[in-house]
Amino acid sequence: MSLVTVQLGQCGNQIGGQLFNTVVEDAYGKGGLGCTKKENTLYQDAVLERFFNTEEPSGETRVSCSQQALPTARAVMVDMEPKVIQQTIQESKKSGKWRYCEKAQFCQKRGSGNNWAHGYGHHGPKARDAVMDIVQREVEKCDRFGGFLSLMSLAGGTGSGVGAYLTECLREEYPHSFLVNQIVWPYGTGEVIVQNFNAALTLSHLYQSADAIIVFENDNLHKICSQLLSIKNISFQDINSVISQELASVLQPAASGDCSRTNSPGELLERLVPDPQYKLLNVRTIPHTSERALAFSSFTWPGLLKHLRQMLIANAGMEEGVDWQVKVHSRDRRLSSADFISSLANVLFLRGKHCESTDISPFSDPRLYSSWVPRDAACSVFRQQRPFHHYEKYASLLSNSQAPVGPLDSLVGKAWNMFASRAYVHQYLKYGIAEEDFLDSFATLEQVISNYSNL
Amino acid sequence: MTQSIVVQVGQCGNQIGCRFWDLALREHASTNKSGTFDEPLSSFFRNVDARYSEPLDIPVGRGRDKICNLKARAVLVDMEEGVVSEILKGPLGDVFDHRQLITDVSGCGNNWAVGHMMYGSMYREQISEAIRRTAEMCDCLQCFFTLHSMGGGTGSGVGTFILNLLEEEYPEVYRFTTAVYPSAEDDVITSPYNSVLAMHQLTEHADCVLPIENQSLVDIFNMVNQAASKTSKISSTSKVKGGSTVTSDTGGIKGQEKPFDKMNNIVANLLLNLTSSSRFEGALNVDLNEITMNLVPFPKLHYLVSSLSPLYHLADVSLPLRKLDQMFSDAFTKEYQLISADPRHSLYLACALMVRGNVAVSDIRRNIDRLKPSLQFIHWNQEGWKTGLCSVPPVGQPYSLLALANNSCIRHTFTNLRDRFHKLYKRKAHLHHYTNVDGMEAAQFSQALESLTGLVKEYEQLEGTMGRVHEGAPRLQVAS
Repeated sequence: MSLVTVQLGQCGNQIGGQLFNTVVEDAYGKGGLGCTKKENTLYQDAVLERFFNTEEPSGETRVSCSQQALPTARAVMVDMEPKVIQQTIQESKKSGKWRYCEKAQFCQKRGSGNNWAHGYGHHGPKARDAVMDIVQREVEKCDRFGGFLSLMSLAGGTGSGVGAYLTECLREEYPHSFLVNQIVWPYGTGEVIVQNFNAALTLSHLYQSADAIIVFENDNLHKICSQLLSIKNISFQDINSVISQELASVLQPAASGDCSRTNSPGELLERLVPDPQYKLLNVRTIPHTSERALAFSSFTWPGLLKHLRQMLIANAGMEEGVDWQVKVHSRDRRLSSADFISSLANVLFLRGKHCESTDISPFSDPRLYSSWVPRDAACSVFRQQRPFHHYEKYASLLSNSQAPVGPLDSLVGKAWNMFASRAYVHQYLKYGIAEEDFLDSFATLEQVISNYSNL
Repeated sequence: MTQSIVVQVGQCGNQIGCRFWDLALREHASTNKSGTFDEPLSSFFRNVDARYSEPLDIPVGRGRDKICNLKARAVLVDMEEGVVSEILKGPLGDVFDHRQLITDVSGCGNNWAVGHMMYGSMYREQISEAIRRTAEMCDCLQCFFTLHSMGGGTGSGVGTFILNLLEEEYPEVYRFTTAVYPSAEDDVITSPYNSVLAMHQLTEHADCVLPIENQSLVDIFNMVNQAASKTSKISSTSKVKGGSTVTSDTGGIKGQEKPFDKMNNIVANLLLNLTSSSRFEGALNVDLNEITMNLVPFPKLHYLVSSLSPLYHLADVSLPLRKLDQMFSDAFTKEYQLISADPRHSLYLACALMVRGNVAVSDIRRNIDRLKPSLQFIHWNQEGWKTGLCSVPPVGQPYSLLALANNSCIRHTFTNLRDRFHKLYKRKAHLHHYTNVDGMEAAQFSQALESLTGLVKEYEQLEGTMGRVHEGAPRLQVAS
């Protein structure tokens, strides 16, 4: 099964580069020591099939250049400025383990200037044909095509605007393929003033076209960097590497409980998105520790899972500072205190030794889920005996829950306030977005909020 | 990489422009040691092979070609010859292509109408041709910077005429104007007329205006001088270091530096910092179009209050060095603003912090959190901060900050101007000089005044919302 990654805008390209790095580092890194040689080879082959194209370009002799033998990422890079793409390619060359395909880039000279409408209404349509060609080439290289993974931010203009437009194009051209969008939620006080408008417009458009949206919050990642990884001056690179690690822990090969399935996008979506009205996913992982500190810590599976479950119900982004007071009540008592997060579906990924014998019943507790969720569909698990990176045991939880409602609600609130004064709206009208489009977006998002709140 | 073109009009505009090119060259010289023509350089300069009579443009290519002859992407316009010919005689002369100059001999006589109506239509073809030629040399033209004064005739009149021309012929290219406003005691009697008439055009046709006041430049200049003399009392060896904002070392200026040069340096530095992150690399690049996108919530309210800090940097390390946090605080004080206004006590619509040098994103974040409680932001834009970070510091300084604010305090400058305009206008003084010019009608005075009054009123209304408690607008309800 192969995934084609679409990297959109500055943020998307930076995360993409980091993601492929993480994936390769994991496949060829320390994790291989924790399992048999055969298992390791199988794992590496699966990783390569998923993310990389290893076939030699026809007509070229293999000996001629060692670079030709490097696996090429199954990625399409799109940005409206050449700078970041060039930088990302440079960095991939430095790794020496993989590279980008030379013809899979699309860029223009001029950015979208934080204006979603400029990206969606101007750059997007202009880029469509060229990008779709590149995408088709990448898809045709796959033996078994599993779906698209689009990486983008919500705040900027290119990632969000062009990204929303191209996702719609992908949906049109590949109506039966799986589309998963990974988005980065901007900081509460961000670096772009119109970020709430951009985010609201993007989300509402993605909600129509993507199959699932995996949300990463910058604020949360920032906390992980500062408190758990104790990084002093946090750069975007640090944040991106946390994103890639969490994302990789979900996407790297793993097998379902009865070993009949792998974690392909199709399988994940089948388990996680039972209803098209609910498609906001988020990832929680445990543990986050720097490699140095890891030597001094030991983890047990029950301990990790207990933590992870509390993180889920108390809506904590990381293992430190989890509110242990939050308890799951049976449904009849919920009227009094509805403070725990209710989920629709959870998929648990366990990577490391002895993961097959771990009891995951705490996650199957029906009280965690909305009343209409069938008991056996609520929680599923994928396992991989081979350790992830340098972690002896690593658990991640991909869930469809109420967690994104809080940030979404505050984002829509702020954007609506600004819209009520019609501030900045003229900048969007310039590029063919009407006030009705804003209203439609707000209506879509209010519907999403209300759906999730009523779980 | 995108390119920008500088259009400098009139005496003031050309003098500022001259300082800008000088400092820009110096900045690139210090970051680009190998002498190659690279992407950052190409945003404001062309590389030409001057051996041909029609100099051949050498593209950036892979950024490894040597510099042959640098030509500024500039158009110089003045209706007198003096300043432009002096520039051409000076060391910077070679930077300008002689076909990019448009001059006349007689000047505009401090009359906006003469500049805008008479010279405008007279030189229209020539100006348009010069701009077209420069624009054609650009790979991807993003922005025009027009530099001119508001008080004189040429700058305000021809400058705003060119602005209209640019809007007509290049509607997609952004228009940034750096306008120098006259001081209250100005030697030009008709300067209020000229300024108000020019402002009408700026309000209608510019994407973004950075007003600068002469008086503020003088004050800043004095402040830095004082700091310099104070330190020399303590120890005779320490001076304000060469790389400060007002001093310029030796370089583009031949012989004695004139006092105006120092003030123009401040404005040139403003332009350098504004464009730095579109010229160089950085963790948080701010493109020029992002500035208008983030700082202009309503189309006409595009006047930005700017401040630079640190203004000087002490050479002697034993003295308490300006700390990083001090730089951020300074940028919000009254003394550091390039117009006489106090943004702290007025309402912020939006604010941008453009940082250069060795500063981390978390430093900016920390300072925003620190400063925020003392500033008033409009209720729908409580988090109205745009931040930019460029890794290349200005020459001779470890870091610098340019703060751009869309703040209602700017209306005081406008009301002062309106009052001075009124003083003349109610007696119809000097009016006939204007109405005598072909194409100029008396109605334009009242229209310009109306536009200014409208602008002031818009700011006043927004400021009126200050301090009130705001309920959020009622949200859309979803039928369940």
